[in-house]
Amino acid sequence: MFPFDYIRPASVTEAIAAHGQGEEPRYLAGGQSLLGALKLRLAAPSTLIDLARLAELRGIRRDGACWVVGAGITHAEMAVGVEIPALAALAGSIGDLQVRNMGTLGGALANNDPAGDHAAGALGLGAEIRTDRRVIPADNFFLGMFETALEPDEVIVEVSYPLPCRAGYAKLRNPASGYPVVGVFVAQTGGEAGVRVAVTGAGACVFRLPEFEAALEREFSPAALAGLSVPAGDLNRDLHATAEYRAHLIGVLAGRAVAAS
Amino acid sequence: MRISLQVNGQPVQAEVEPRLLLVTFLRERLGLTGSHLGCDTGQCGACTVHLDGRAVKSCLVLAAQADGRSILTIEGVASGETLHPVQQAFRDRHALQCGFCTPGMVMTALDLVEHLEQPDDDAIRQGLSGNLCRCTGYRPIIDAVVDAIRARQAGG
Ligand SMILES: Cc1cc2nc3c(=O)[nH]c(=O)nc-3n(C[C@H](O)[C@H](O)[C@H](O)COP(=O)(O)OP(=O)(O)OC[C@H]3O[C@@H](n4cnc5c(N)ncnc54)[C@H](O)[C@@H]3O)c2cc1C
Ligand code: FES
Ligand code: FES
Repeated sequence: MFPFDYIRPASVTEAIAAHGQGEEPRYLAGGQSLLGALKLRLAAPSTLIDLARLAELRGIRRDGACWVVGAGITHAEMAVGVEIPALAALAGSIGDLQVRNMGTLGGALANNDPAGDHAAGALGLGAEIRTDRRVIPADNFFLGMFETALEPDEVIVEVSYPLPCRAGYAKLRNPASGYPVVGVFVAQTGGEAGVRVAVTGAGACVFRLPEFEAALEREFSPAALAGLSVPAGDLNRDLHATAEYRAHLIGVLAGRAVAAS
Repeated sequence: MRISLQVNGQPVQAEVEPRLLLVTFLRERLGLTGSHLGCDTGQCGACTVHLDGRAVKSCLVLAAQADGRSILTIEGVASGETLHPVQQAFRDRHALQCGFCTPGMVMTALDLVEHLEQPDDDAIRQGLSGNLCRCTGYRPIIDAVVDAIRARQAGG
C-alpha cells in the first residue's frame, strides 16, 4: 500500500467536508474490498475517511412497508436483523464469516462488484438508496462495472427495501472465491411493480430480465420460465465459466429462486 | 497517528502509520506472533482475531480501524495453563497437524461456538469456509467445533 492519511469524522457532514479538502480522498467502511485494492496498488488515495462507526449509518428498522438498513450495517448484522428472509439469507451468504463481520451494505453497493450479492438484492427488491443529498432508485444506481450513480463525495446513508409478498435468491458460488458465478434474485412485490428479476455475476453489473418478469407475472412458478433463455452475447466470459454457461445458469437459478421464494 | 485499544484485556497505546495492518501491528509491534500471515489477501483466515467479540481477518483491517476497540488474539484465549474448551476440543479431536492454520481456526471456531445454536455440520462448514487448512482434511476440525458447541450447551 502507498502511504495515506486516516481520519475518522464524527458525522456525515464532517466526512463530506473532509472529502472536500483531500487531494484524492476515499471513504473507508469495512475495508473488505478497498484494502485489497490498495494492497494491489490499484488506487492511491491521499486520505481514507473512515465511515464505519458513524451512528447515522448504523440504524436498522422497520418503517411501514419497508425495511431500512443503514449503510454501516455489516452483512452479519443484516443477516439476523432484517425480516425479509431472502434478503437476510443473501447477506448471510456473502463471502465468509470474517468478511461478513467487517463488510458493510454501503461498501458493497458503492463498490458495485460485477458479482456482488447485495446488488442483486437491492435491484431485485426495487430498493431506494438514500444518500446525504438524494434518493436514488436501485434501477438508476448501478451503471456499469464498479460504477454507480454516486458522486465522488456522496455518502450512502441507508437503503430502504420494500417488503415483498415473496422473494428468493439462488446462486452458484465460485468454489475458490466464494463470489457468485451467477446469482438471481426474484421478488413479487405485490404493488404495481409486479415481479422483479435481478441477475448478478453474469454481466458488467447487475441487470433485470423483463421477459422473465412478464412470464412470472402471468404465473409465479418455475414452470412459467420454461422455454425462456438469455442470449450469451454480452455476458461475462472468463476462466471460470463461458458466457453460454452463464446464460444457462441464469435460467436454472431463476427457477430455483422462484422455487425458494 | 496515535491509537489506543485493548489487546487481550490489556490497554495498549502506540504511534502507528495509518497504512499499518492490524496483523503486522500485533506480530511485529506487540510480539503476538500467534496470528499468522498466510496469504495477505483475505483468503486463508490464518490471521483471524476478534474485533469487539467478532472474528475478522487482521490482514484486512488497519491498526487505525482498531483504535478505541477491543482485540482478542489466540494468546488471550487460554486461562493460564488451562486451555479454553474450544482449544481442548481441537486437542482431543486431533484437529491440527502442522498448526499453521490453527490459531485462525480456533478464533473462527470461538465465534461459531458462541453464535451457532445447534451443532449443525453444514452451518459449521459454512462458518469455517474463510479458513484454509492444508493438513487435516477439515473433518477433525468440524468434530472439534461440534464438541465445543455441545460442551457449551451442556454447561448452560
Ligand atoms: C475473501 C472475501 C470474499 C468476499 N466474498 C464476497 C461475496 O461472495 N459476495 C459479495 O458480494 N462480496 C464479497 N466480498 C466483498 C465484501 O462484500 C465487501 O464487504 C464489500 O464489497 C465492501 O464493503 P466494505 O464495507 O468492506 O467497503 P470498503 O472496502 O471499505 O469500501 C468499498 C468501496 O465503497 C466505498 N464506500 C464505503 N462505504 C460507503 C458509503 N457509505 N457511501 C459511499 N461510498 C462508500 C469506499 O470508498 C470504497 O470505494 C468478499 C470480500 C473478501 C475479502
Ligand atoms: S493472512 Fe489474512 S486471510 Fe490469509
Ligand atoms: S494443520 Fe496444517 S494447515 Fe491446518
